[in-house]
Amino acid sequence: MIHFENVGLRYGMGPEILRDMTFDIPKKSFQFLTGPSGAGKTTLLRLLFLSLHPTRGIINMFGRDLSQIPRSELPMLRRRVGIVFQDFRLLDHLTTYENVALPLRVRGKDESSYRSDVIELLKWVGLGERINVLPAVLSGGEKQRAAIARALMDRPEILLADEPTGNVDPPMAKRLLNLFLELNRLGTAVVIATHDLALMDQVNARRMILTEGRLDIYE
Amino acid sequence: MNDMSRLKNRKTPKPRRTPRQPTTTASDNPQPPRRAEMRVRPTAPILPSSNIQGNALMVVIAIMAFLACLTLGAVSMVRATASSWQSQISREITIQIKPDDGLDMAAALRKARDVALTFVGTKDGTIMDDSATARLLEPWLGTGLNLEDLPVPRLVIITIDESNPPDFDSMRDLLKTEVPQAFLDDHRTWVDRLVSMARTTVLIGTGVLILVFTAMILTVIFATRGALSGNRHIVEVLHFVGAESAFVAKEFQKHFLKISIKGSAAGGALAAALFAVANLWQSNSRSTPESDQATALFGSFTIGVTGYLGIFATMLVIALLTTLTARLTVMRTIDEIDLVRSDPSRSDGLPSA
Repeated sequence: MIHFENVGLRYGMGPEILRDMTFDIPKKSFQFLTGPSGAGKTTLLRLLFLSLHPTRGIINMFGRDLSQIPRSELPMLRRRVGIVFQDFRLLDHLTTYENVALPLRVRGKDESSYRSDVIELLKWVGLGERINVLPAVLSGGEKQRAAIARALMDRPEILLADEPTGNVDPPMAKRLLNLFLELNRLGTAVVIATHDLALMDQVNARRMILTEGRLDIYE
Repeated sequence: MNDMSRLKNRKTPKPRRTPRQPTTTASDNPQPPRRAEMRVRPTAPILPSSNIQGNALMVVIAIMAFLACLTLGAVSMVRATASSWQSQISREITIQIKPDDGLDMAAALRKARDVALTFVGTKDGTIMDDSATARLLEPWLGTGLNLEDLPVPRLVIITIDESNPPDFDSMRDLLKTEVPQAFLDDHRTWVDRLVSMARTTVLIGTGVLILVFTAMILTVIFATRGALSGNRHIVEVLHFVGAESAFVAKEFQKHFLKISIKGSAAGGALAAALFAVANLWQSNSRSTPESDQATALFGSFTIGVTGYLGIFATMLVIALLTTLTARLTVMRTIDEIDLVRSDPSRSDGLPSA
């Protein structure tokens, strides 16, 4: 589904943050992306999310070479990727329902066509009672689940999560992990960027370890 | 949503707060469900509808609309007055006969009138009699004037058909032949001056309008860039949920359309009210020195239905101009942001999502 070939990236005239990245992310796979702070996890996620162009190398996503795709087509590809940020990035003036429905709204869909789906998804992530609540009154775990629901709303083929358990307590972290596993069982590839060794130990999954810009993969 | 139905059939890790799903089918239990379907509020706009910046922009647009409508109204008023003067002047021509030794003035006047009336396009000819001529000269020469004692030029006033005026050059030539002391004044000098004054006024008005619109466009560009910068987090979120530039631009466009419609309506309404009040004042204070002076200078303050339509059109133009400017600015700025963000060589080592 995603293939990186000798990908390298540097910011400005600085040193290479990522070096010679060559790996695949197969369909329906589950993997952790880990490494020390500053190793380039977020940068790699940005590359996976088409938010950044590599300085060198080839990235092939969904069968298309990214260097050959015009910028106007990138939003269409981004719609096939869901992303969850550590700081949630929920819009403060929109309710949980409106935040989660945002991906469908930007696709121009009529609200009546997706209302029941959004409510059902919110119930699935445990926010059935928090539909009309603004993010300011949600707890950290609830915000994280709302952000996950938003990323899942349009059934992405791959879900990228940046430190999804960074702001929650261990029981909530376990519940979120179960949510990701369930999602993966339903066919979505999942990449979780995390420092949390305890979280990784709970699942026997592929580990992508970034160290000083280089990637080692343990199947 | 197929996954949703699949999700329902799986043993999902049910969160504690998830409401219990009904286990019976509709046919098992004809009663309505225990809980009504979850209600959601009407969908809020993606951009927060009001903030201080938006209110300030609305006031600026209202002022610009007011100035634009005022300029438009003033130009149309001056044009109407100039055109009325022009029409009054060009409706008549004057034949002036200078006194000469041995000239029978009365005969010369009659002859000049008759010669003029032979031309197609003339309607009527009036010889200005002694009393009318004396009245004309009264401000300079006083009363009790005896025209026989003074070599005063005499006038014949010819009314012409404005839509089909006579051939002035031929008339002038013929008059020169028949009455050598006659001089034909077709008032062209005055008409030309008035036409040029009206044109200048229109040009100045157009210039002011262009300046007002330019200032407004620049204000909207700055306001849009400010709004984009203030709502950068929203643009970022829209970006990573897969929104296209056109969608984001549409959202900003809607936001600015609302602001500009409110602002231009307020400015236009204020200008229309000002003209209405001025017109009311003029009609209520008729025959006073102030009113007479204002009328002489500006004509009537009435701008009529066309004027009000013009104000309405100005409001629409301002609203459309604002919307278009906002759209183009947003599209360009988003493209710039996207370009800089996605190009690591321009990111200066500051990764952002």
